[in-house]
Amino acid sequence: MTEQQAGSVVLSFDNVSISFGAVTALSGVSFEIQEHEIVAIIGPNGAGKTTALNVINGVYEPTGGTISYKGEVRKRMRPHQAAVQGIARTFQNVALFKGMSTLDNIMTGRNLKMKSNLLMQGLYWGPAQREEIEHRQVVEKIIDFLEIESVRKTTVGRLPFGLQKRVELGRALAAEPEILLLDEPMAGMNLEEKQDMCRFILDVNDDLGTTIVLIEHDMSVVMDISDRVIVLDYGRKISEGSPDVVRGDQKVIDAYLGVTH
Amino acid sequence: MLYRETGQFKTSYKGDMAIFTIRQDRWALIAVLVFVVIGVPLIASQHVIAGYLVPFLIWSLAAIGLNILTGYTGQLSLGHGAFMAVGAYSAYNLASRVPELPIILVFLLAGLIAAVFGILVGSPSLRIKGFYLAVATLAAQFFVEWVFATYPWFVGGAASMVIDTPPMDIFGYRISSHLDNYYLVAGFVVVGALFAKNLVRSEIGRAWMAIRDMDVAAEVIGIRPLYTKLSAFAVSSFYGGVAGALYAFCYVKSVDFTAFDLFVSLKVLFMVIIGGMGSILGCFLGAAFIVILPIVLNEIAHLFAGQVPSALLTNLEHMIFGGLIIFFLIVEPHGLARLWTTMKEKLRLWPFPH
Repeated sequence: MTEQQAGSVVLSFDNVSISFGAVTALSGVSFEIQEHEIVAIIGPNGAGKTTALNVINGVYEPTGGTISYKGEVRKRMRPHQAAVQGIARTFQNVALFKGMSTLDNIMTGRNLKMKSNLLMQGLYWGPAQREEIEHRQVVEKIIDFLEIESVRKTTVGRLPFGLQKRVELGRALAAEPEILLLDEPMAGMNLEEKQDMCRFILDVNDDLGTTIVLIEHDMSVVMDISDRVIVLDYGRKISEGSPDVVRGDQKVIDAYLGVTH
Repeated sequence: MLYRETGQFKTSYKGDMAIFTIRQDRWALIAVLVFVVIGVPLIASQHVIAGYLVPFLIWSLAAIGLNILTGYTGQLSLGHGAFMAVGAYSAYNLASRVPELPIILVFLLAGLIAAVFGILVGSPSLRIKGFYLAVATLAAQFFVEWVFATYPWFVGGAASMVIDTPPMDIFGYRISSHLDNYYLVAGFVVVGALFAKNLVRSEIGRAWMAIRDMDVAAEVIGIRPLYTKLSAFAVSSFYGGVAGALYAFCYVKSVDFTAFDLFVSLKVLFMVIIGGMGSILGCFLGAAFIVILPIVLNEIAHLFAGQVPSALLTNLEHMIFGGLIIFFLIVEPHGLARLWTTMKEKLRLWPFPH
């Protein structure tokens, strides 16, 4: 593990709002993500958690407020620009390329690092072939790390859900991201699979120093692995802090259990 | 003799990433190539070469083009006939107006012109998808037919709007016999198929398939949708253009806009669907099915000539052909290529079921 300058802010939301017609998904949300930390975003259904991730990686454009990434205020952008800047993510309902093998899916995650042009790829000659092999070596390391060697040539559409989630994590890792956004990485998993996934997330955070922002509904997971928790409800941030602080926050309890007015 | 991979260990990623990782497959490919170069001229008659094999190879090349666009990138196109027409007319005009150009360069340039046209036709693909895109490419089909039917300039002013292609020379050698044409076409098809296979197993091919399977996720991991879709249109119409040029120069030996109508677009699309979406081998199987099977059925029908009324025979041919299409699509909706893959997988384990 390399020494990290934990504490420097890598991404910040300043009063960010987004609405779709009359529906406000986020209103006036501000928070900061620091380098090398694991932050969990939690909240009841429809609180705006996935929307927040979509704003971070450029799928949605905020209608108000500013986002700064590495100290620079972000202009209007497309998702692939976010990818170029080092933001990778997984999706709530696995968004793998179903017709492709595990290997190809993860190789696709390295597309930004491949340089050879169409003609060279068509001839599969010299640099193009070397490049394919170099990236294959990196991808094989990821496959080893995620323990999915046995399915590397299987079409992902035929894999069980838990493994698909792993492949999707692999595809995101292949980009060697600085920030990794995980949208419900444990959803639909059994206990063992959840434990494996937790281990992978912690290892990525420790070994590669990747900053991780995750959405999760399993509170024991959230409380165990995250450094900080941000709680959203109805598009507003209602609490933020260490897991212990958030757990004791009356507003959070009210949001989850409901409150009589 | 047996299709087994026991004992064939791969010790490098290079070996594991080869097109054919199993030795038997490599031998089969070499056998096919030897047959194409040496076997065909020995066995096949002039009639078979000019009437069956040359069109089969040309349609295979056209199908590879459409498969890249529709099978690999998921962009439905009904304009492949238009790309072929642009290729054929470009090749004619280049060859007749600039006779100094070597004919192979003419075909490649014709492909490039078709590619530019393909990019223009494909440019709405960022906004419209699926059937709506198919309709947009249909517009290109009708537009191209109309242009070539209306302006005699494209056929050197011929009033009939149809003109013979100029003779072809390669390094001073005149392409004249059916066998010469066959070799020329086979050369383009072999190189084209290898090139396509390399593309689809490289980064660009993965990007195409990523756009096909899940375009939002593809963009999120850094794939530029516009570039990827347009590169698929460009490569696809390049293949279509070269196939169109070969069709005009090596098969029908004339340039005629009626040879590239909507039915041609549909025919190539059927080849891709029946052969197998997202498979290079499938293009050959599909082309064989659509081009050669009707001819074979026709030959069989001739055996019964005299015993059965000829009108009934003709109808029977069509019915059997249609029946076979339905049969294969029910047995394997993913196309003949998938049938082939399944058979190979079974063969690897034979005589055991698992």
